[in-house]
Formats: sequence, C-alpha cells, structure tokens
Amino acid sequence: MADYDIPTLKEEIDRETVEQVLALDVDKYKYGFESDIESDVLPPGLTEETVRFISAKKEEPEWMLEWRLDAFRRFQTLEEPTWAKLHYPKIDLQQISFYAAPKSFKGPKSLDEVDPELLKTYAKLGIPLKEQAILAGVEGAAESVSTPFGANVAVDAVFDSVSVVTTFREELAKVGIIFCSISEAVREHPELVKQYLGTVVPVSDNYYATLNSAVFTDGSFVYIPKGVRCPMELSTYFRINEKNTGQFERTLIIADDDSYVSYLEGCTAPSRDENQLHAAVVELVALDNAEIKYSTVQNWYPGDKDGKGGIYNFVTKRGDCRGVNSHISWTQVETGSAITWKYPSCILRGDGSRGEFYSIAISNGYQQVDSGTKMIHLGKNTSSRIISKGIAAGFSDNTYRGQVSAHAKAKNARNFTQCDSLLIGDKCGAHTVPYIESRNGTAVFEHEATTSKISDDQMFYCLQRGLNEEEAVALIVNGFVRDVLQHLPMEFMVETQKLISISLEGSVG
Amino acid sequence: MTTPVLEIRNLHARIEDREILKGVNLVIPQGEVHAIMGRNGSGKSTLSYVLAGKEDYEITEGEILLNGESILEMEPAERAAAGIFLAFQYPIEIPGVATMTFLKAAINAQRKARGEGELSTPDFMRAVKEAGAQLNVDSAMLKRPLNVGFSGGEKKRAEIMQMALLKPALAVLDETDSGLDIDALQVVSKGVNALRDGKRSMLVITHYQRLLNHIVPDVVHVFSDGRIVESGDKDLALQLEAKGYADYDGQAA
Repeated sequence: MADYDIPTLKEEIDRETVEQVLALDVDKYKYGFESDIESDVLPPGLTEETVRFISAKKEEPEWMLEWRLDAFRRFQTLEEPTWAKLHYPKIDLQQISFYAAPKSFKGPKSLDEVDPELLKTYAKLGIPLKEQAILAGVEGAAESVSTPFGANVAVDAVFDSVSVVTTFREELAKVGIIFCSISEAVREHPELVKQYLGTVVPVSDNYYATLNSAVFTDGSFVYIPKGVRCPMELSTYFRINEKNTGQFERTLIIADDDSYVSYLEGCTAPSRDENQLHAAVVELVALDNAEIKYSTVQNWYPGDKDGKGGIYNFVTKRGDCRGVNSHISWTQVETGSAITWKYPSCILRGDGSRGEFYSIAISNGYQQVDSGTKMIHLGKNTSSRIISKGIAAGFSDNTYRGQVSAHAKAKNARNFTQCDSLLIGDKCGAHTVPYIESRNGTAVFEHEATTSKISDDQMFYCLQRGLNEEEAVALIVNGFVRDVLQHLPMEFMVETQKLISISLEGSVG
Repeated sequence: MTTPVLEIRNLHARIEDREILKGVNLVIPQGEVHAIMGRNGSGKSTLSYVLAGKEDYEITEGEILLNGESILEMEPAERAAAGIFLAFQYPIEIPGVATMTFLKAAINAQRKARGEGELSTPDFMRAVKEAGAQLNVDSAMLKRPLNVGFSGGEKKRAEIMQMALLKPALAVLDETDSGLDIDALQVVSKGVNALRDGKRSMLVITHYQRLLNHIVPDVVHVFSDGRIVESGDKDLALQLEAKGYADYDGQAA
C-alpha cells in the first residue's frame, strides 16, 4: 500500500473556496461600497489645461510636463479603435474628471497620516493578504507581517490617484531596490524615468496609451539593481473610488542585469451606475538574464445583472525582454469589468529571451472581454508560451485575441499556444482570434484551441455526489483553469479560487 | 416491522413522450442486497437515474420513499445527502480536478447538508487510506483528475471508493461489471462486499449473472418493459442465465 501525501495546499484551498462561496450573498457585488473620503476633484473635461493641472499637482519637473503635452497633442490626432469585439456607447472624455486625490494626503510619509476612512475601506476589501495590519498599524507593523506562506509582500496601495502608503521600502532600499509611486520616481529618480518611460509602450502606441501618457495620475515604479533578487513579492492594489473619475495608472518596472522580481497587482472597486473608464499603461523592462513575473487579479465592478454600470478597462501592458536570456512572465486573472481590452505582451528582443502569458478570463452577466497577448520574436532562440483559459457564462462575450510573430532574424523562435474556452449556458459566446506571422523559416509555432461546455452529465455526476449547482460549477471551472492557477503566487491562488466562484455566481439554475 | 430503506410504489416515469417506467414496485429492507436483471433497454438504468433525481425524467405517477420519506421533491444533491449513492455505469470525467479534491468536496458537501461539521484532514486521510487499500487505489491515482484517462477498472474502483467514503444508506450500482475483466471484477466486488454491513442496502443492476457470483444478492428481480415481472432468490439469476429473458417478453407486452 502506497503512502498517502497530505492533501496539497491546493486541495485544501478548493475546499475553502466552496465554503466561502456559500458564505456570500449571491446577487451582490461583494466589494460594492463607496468610502467617504473628501477628494480633490478636477472638474470634468480634457484640455491642455487638464494636463498642466495634473502635472502641477504632482509637482513635476518641466521635462515631464513637456512629455505629457507631447502625448496630449498626439492624442488629439487619434481615433478610438474599433477592431475589438466589444460594444459600448462612445466614451465622452469631456464628461470625465481626470484627477481625484484623497484630500487628507500630501505625499504621505508615514502611516500615521492615513485617513481612518481609508483604512476602513481596506478593511472592507477583505483581501486575504496581511496588508491590513500594515495599513492599519504604525510603521513597526510592517516588519512583523508576512504572508501565511513565509514570503514577504510589499504593498504600494493606490487609492484613486495618489499613492497612499508604501511599506517595506526601507528593507528594499538596503539592497538598492527602488519601489515607490511613479510620481515620486519622477521627482527622485528622473534619470531612470527619463531613460525608460515610454520605451516599451511609446507615447503614440495606441489611443488609450497615448491618453494615459498625457494624463496619468499615479502608479508604481520599481527598479531592481544588477544582480539583486527581490527578497519579497511586490504588490499593489488599485481601487477606483471617486465618482466619474477616469483612472490612469502608469507603472514602470525595470529589472537590471541578472535580477529578479515578482510583482502582484490586485484590484477591487466599489459599485455604481456610471461607467468608469480605466486606461492603464504598464511597462516592463528586463535586461540581460533578468526575470520579471507580473501577476494580476482583476476584480473590478462588472456591472449589475442587467448589464448596467461597470468598469471600462482599456489597458496596455507590455514587457520588453531587452537583454539576452531575459524572461518576462504575465499571469492574469480577469473576472471583473464590464469591458476588458487588454493584451499583456512580450517583445522578445534579447537572444534567448523568453515570454510567457498565462490567463484566466471569466465573463458573466453582460461582461465583454477581448483579451490576449502578443509575443513578438525579434531575437534568436527566443521562446514563448501562451496558455489562455476563457470562461463565458450568462450573456457575456469572451474573446481571446493573440498575436505571435517572428521577425526575419528570429532564428529558431518557438511558440506554443493553447487556448481553451469553456461555455456555461447557451447565451454566451467564446471566440478565439489568433494572428500568427512568421518571417523566419526556422521558427516553430504551435497553436491549439478547444471549446467545451460544462455538460449536463458532469453536473449531474457532481450533484449526485452531494455538491450543489454552484459548488459543482466552481469545482469544474477550478479544474478547467488548473494549468494557469499553478503559475500564480500562492496568496493569489487563494484569492483567485474565491473570485472564480464569486464571479460565476448566478450562472446556473 | 422496521421501515424499509427503499420503497417504490407504482412508479411511472417518462422522458419526453416516451414512458419508460410503467409501474415499478420494489421494497428493499435495511441491509439487503437486491439485484435487478433485464435486457438492455428494459428501463433498468432509467430506474437508477430516477432514484438519483436526474432532471431529464418526469415522474407521472407513483412514489419513492427513502426510509419512509418521499424523495420526489428533493434535488439530486439533497438525495445524495439523504443517503442515495449511484455508482455510474459510465463514470464522468472531471478534468483538472484531482480525485482527492473531488472526494473531499463531495464528503464535505454532504456533511454540511446534514448539518455535520467538516471532516478534519487527518480523519479524511485515514478514511481515504482505508478505502483506497481495499480497492487498490493508490496516492498516484488520487492525484489524477477524476476519471480522466482512467481505465475501465480504475473508473469502477473510483466509484466504489466514493461509495465507501460517502457511506450511503442505499447504494445503486448501475452495470458496475461492464468494462471489467475478471481480475478487476474481483477487486470491485470485494470492495462492494466490504460495504455490506447488515445496515446498508444495495440495488445492483446488471444484465449478466456473472456479477452476482461475486456480489451475492438476497433477492433477484427480473425487469422487463419498465416493471418488475418476477422476483426470487439468487437462483433466479442462474435460471435467467440459462434460459434468457425470452420467457418474460410475453408478460411485458
């Protein structure tokens, strides 16, 4: 008789997932609340004055203002793209306020300055990480806090537009890591920002990226020096809080030669009727032999059960494997937003560089997701791997759109793509749109795609064993996404399994 | 007299416009093993699905009592928690869900439905180890996704293992011998017999007598055209094996 292992943590988590689902209200967005913090809000509208106001608010140097104004001028020549399989009313940028900052902050230096209302908001979020203690406590709290799995997590919390709290910075500074808000980086580390900002996602890259370049309000900045392995997972949470405020995050992560960093981004947002625009830009730069892992759990308000409200999420995320043997890995879990337009991509420039994209995209209700990746092979012996799991339920539409290309010089480029779609019910749609382009005869690209449904037989089997319908769907879907879940940092895996169940509530019966 | 575990009274069931069960009467007292034998297409599997509450079937007449309580209004999961277990003829694949994960989810779902606390991990592991040993289910198999790529024998062993862990009051075994070679049949039968504890009742559905050499029934029923047409002891199965079902065709018409 073989020995039995203790059930893996994942199995333990599966069980917890089911419990937690049952503890929750079905038809309510769990994080749908508004916190009542006084905000400094710019009146709606987008003009050159808006850009100047934001720059002035941030006390930015002249070169940054010029960079923004250049983006603003280019933006005025651009048209909103329509190629995605998304349907939504035209967004009137003149109706959006481009800046909102919690009033009680002026470049917070210590946690004592944190508005109690804000801390309450974080408490309500109920994120399974231990940042609560950090955010609620004094500076000393940060050192005593770690995740249940031993690895430390540093948090750069973004509340609307101003980076509120940055913890662990001293510890990180000891090894030369810079982890701060992008606004602060503009002031404190202009040489790095000037050198890298806009080099992965150029100012004029696309409509939303250009808009972001003109009006970005805040975001995170990370620099990992040569040879440094970041001792903890870096983490940030974004929330969209101010009514009718577009959220324009800008994140820049640079991993210098032989360095490593894992970055986690997680999001929840309060519910409301008005659609909210979110257009973030994330740029990653990996130099020689460097590795960046970027994980996202996105849980923004998807709109109500009739399709009203919800976040419009137009994000440009791109990583540049600039150095030889560099490695960038994107892992994303997309469960929220009314509209998702998002293609975290890798430019495989350095010889021997590697790009990965692991994605779980769940759509329910009237959500629309058009997401995927681009793997652009430029260097020799570059490889990439794409595993995408799309789950469509309710009346939603879920499109995987991916591009894999090999440049003429990309000798021995390799790609493996697997796109699996799972349909729940018969009113939703799953679509796979791969673009594959090879200009080098030695490149080998493989693409596999499947579409399946949760069968009545699977459901009946699970029900016969005593699971109720929602438990059965959660179990089957968690099985379906298992390949991708394994790539998430442990603490995100827990949150993700919960999210999967929550986001599929009401999809059966 | 104690209440029988299962009592079926004049049960009629249809799928779409086709009546499949045409007045089934059956009583299984506690601890007894009853076999139902009949041709393919006589409605045996339908009976098992109707007992488990599969929604494709419409009950037009009759009653099903489990320990004296009607289950007709109960959802499949409620019936499972109340003690009905169906070992499927064709167990369903659940990709990506480790067998161990599934077992734990099922056990705890049923416990919760009955208002019992969750099984602790050590208790769960002990139960799994015990049930696994009986059925040659090792830890490697428990880590594989449930039924995915399982051989016929592995699938049936996994079914009986679930039954052992879920401890149903009434186990319905639908063609458990199908797809099994003789060695696998012995392992599975041994597993089933180990669960005959004088309290648990079983309904063994098969169209071969072979299985009944290993799982010896207390009562054998002959099923034809949607109802039970004859009942007897285990020797009835041997007669059927020798003479076939032809004798009963007339009665069913």
